[in-house]
Amino acid sequence: MTVAIDRATGKRRGDRAPRPGRLQRLKHSYQKYWYAYAMIAPVVVVLGGLVLYPLVRGFYLTFTDANSLNSARTIGVNHIDATYKFIGLDNYKDILWGPTSYDRFWSHFIWTIVWTALCVALHYCIGLGLALLLNQKLRGRTFYRLILVLPWAVPTFVTVFGWRFMLADGGIINSMLDAVHLPSPLWLEDTFWQRFAAIMVNTWCGVPFMMVSLLGGLQSIDATLYEAAEMDGANAWQQFRYVTLPGLRSVSSTVVLLGIIWTFNQFAVIFLLFGNTAPDAQILVTWAYYLGFGQQPRDFAQSAAYGMLLLAILIVFTSFYRRWLNRNEQQLAI
Amino acid sequence: MSTATPPEIKADSPASPQALASLSRGPARRRGRRSLGGSLASHGILIVASLIALFPIAWLVFLSLGPDKDDYLHPGGIWDKMTFDNYSFVLQHTSFFDWMKSSLIVSLGTTVVGVMVAATTGYAVSRMRFPGYKKFMWVLLVTQMFPIAVLIVPMYQILSDLQLIDSYLGLILVYCSTAVPYSAWLLKGYFDTIPFEIDEAGRVDGLTPFGTFVRLILPLAKPGLAVAAFYNFITAFGEVAFASTFMLDDSKYTFAVGLQSFISEHDAQRNLMAATAVLVAIPVSAFFYLVQKNLVTGLTAGGTKG
Repeated sequence: MTVAIDRATGKRRGDRAPRPGRLQRLKHSYQKYWYAYAMIAPVVVVLGGLVLYPLVRGFYLTFTDANSLNSARTIGVNHIDATYKFIGLDNYKDILWGPTSYDRFWSHFIWTIVWTALCVALHYCIGLGLALLLNQKLRGRTFYRLILVLPWAVPTFVTVFGWRFMLADGGIINSMLDAVHLPSPLWLEDTFWQRFAAIMVNTWCGVPFMMVSLLGGLQSIDATLYEAAEMDGANAWQQFRYVTLPGLRSVSSTVVLLGIIWTFNQFAVIFLLFGNTAPDAQILVTWAYYLGFGQQPRDFAQSAAYGMLLLAILIVFTSFYRRWLNRNEQQLAI
Repeated sequence: MSTATPPEIKADSPASPQALASLSRGPARRRGRRSLGGSLASHGILIVASLIALFPIAWLVFLSLGPDKDDYLHPGGIWDKMTFDNYSFVLQHTSFFDWMKSSLIVSLGTTVVGVMVAATTGYAVSRMRFPGYKKFMWVLLVTQMFPIAVLIVPMYQILSDLQLIDSYLGLILVYCSTAVPYSAWLLKGYFDTIPFEIDEAGRVDGLTPFGTFVRLILPLAKPGLAVAAFYNFITAFGEVAFASTFMLDDSKYTFAVGLQSFISEHDAQRNLMAATAVLVAIPVSAFFYLVQKNLVTGLTAGGTKG
């Protein structure tokens, strides 16, 4: 075990004496750590009340058949008690391999994976390309940078509506495509083009973050490394391959993880672009929302079950990602 | 957890000497000099990218000047009848200021609560190692990545039980469920950059850990607190899902909900919507530009430091 020195108290830990009895240990650890626990107490309380309790309650809901017709509700002055009942694992069974589960879950699942992979790949590649361009000594690069950050600066709920106007049937994009005699697809109605449009809009929204973070990463690479590479006769590609990419590793692994989580959870783009009109273009998050709030009667139990499945997917993914990073001896920067 | 190890993040050696030594020797070229063609190409790509980044927003601004709700279909006509009528209509005859009030109350509330609750925790996890540290950090990380679908249903039921649906307090509480763990992470990153010697000096002078935090570290951490606050504000301001579900009363909508209300099944007042969107976007993006540099360093603090 490594010996870590507690930076706030100067005490060492790790090289402990033989373990004392349990009660004594508790007392000892209380004396030693009480201020640390006191300092994290506010967050623990908030998380317990605002995250853990709803989580447990949501988890319980997934074992019931709760919907808006049998949940407790108040209409005017009448209070109606909840009448939903416990049905065990039926919701999960139904979602994962019930009849039509392909249409209800697996098709959205596959689309969510495709959506996440494509969006993050596009974000990363375009972001890296632009960051490399901006990292050169170039006239007006501050100006370019300011404009390129714009999609991030303007709130998503504003820009998505801008895109909606542009993509609408008869909007500017189709007019331009018509003008050059290209086919003008029904962006907001046809499933394939809905998905295409969603990826396009999300890419547009997400590139600036990648660009700015990667630019920060590029600027922190020691310039002498490039000098050394040049002395050794490395050409531009070799410099990129052997200096730039390894130098960006820790920033990259962080922003890619953040990007995957954010894109997987991306709600605003798809919800605002299509509303409830595009059942086939919904990723799992927006589909779960649709089940719980976009239809009548609202199916709370299934929606919550989707939520739990999503959380499980994310946790499994993150653990594997971290393990994979650790195996390659990398640290996550967040 | 990787971040559980103290902040001295290992800088991975960007290039091994062997890899460089094995490279073939190309023609000698001075550093930083590029051919004219390369420079033109860079400018060309950047200009195209800038146009793509700019166009949807410029288009929104342009459409907001057209007085008729179907002007977006034949935008050429707008040039002749450009007017600010939409803006004056939005300011005078819609709930614009109600929405602004709700947006500000909710965002500022989230900001203040989030930062205040998270500050001591950020310090504790930055400086102290205690049993359960790794688990606690893991919880903080996982709560940040909760999809809205996990909490929205139970939150809806809990808030209904507490009669907090359609109230600012309810929405602030919901936002805090993500703002608090996120702020704690962000602040930990900032506290890590403050030298430990300061704490040690404080301890030598007989301050308790709390005293060190309040008297020495907190004043030094103002920029970090500001970044966390800005981030909370921007996130809460732009949140769509919870606000759309929990705010029912027209006058309590935040901007994210209010903007949607221009387009209903029967009527789509696209011109007014565009004008409102522009009015919202201007102050928010100005604010964003003021802080965005800090935002990124905050988000990827460890990474760029390495």
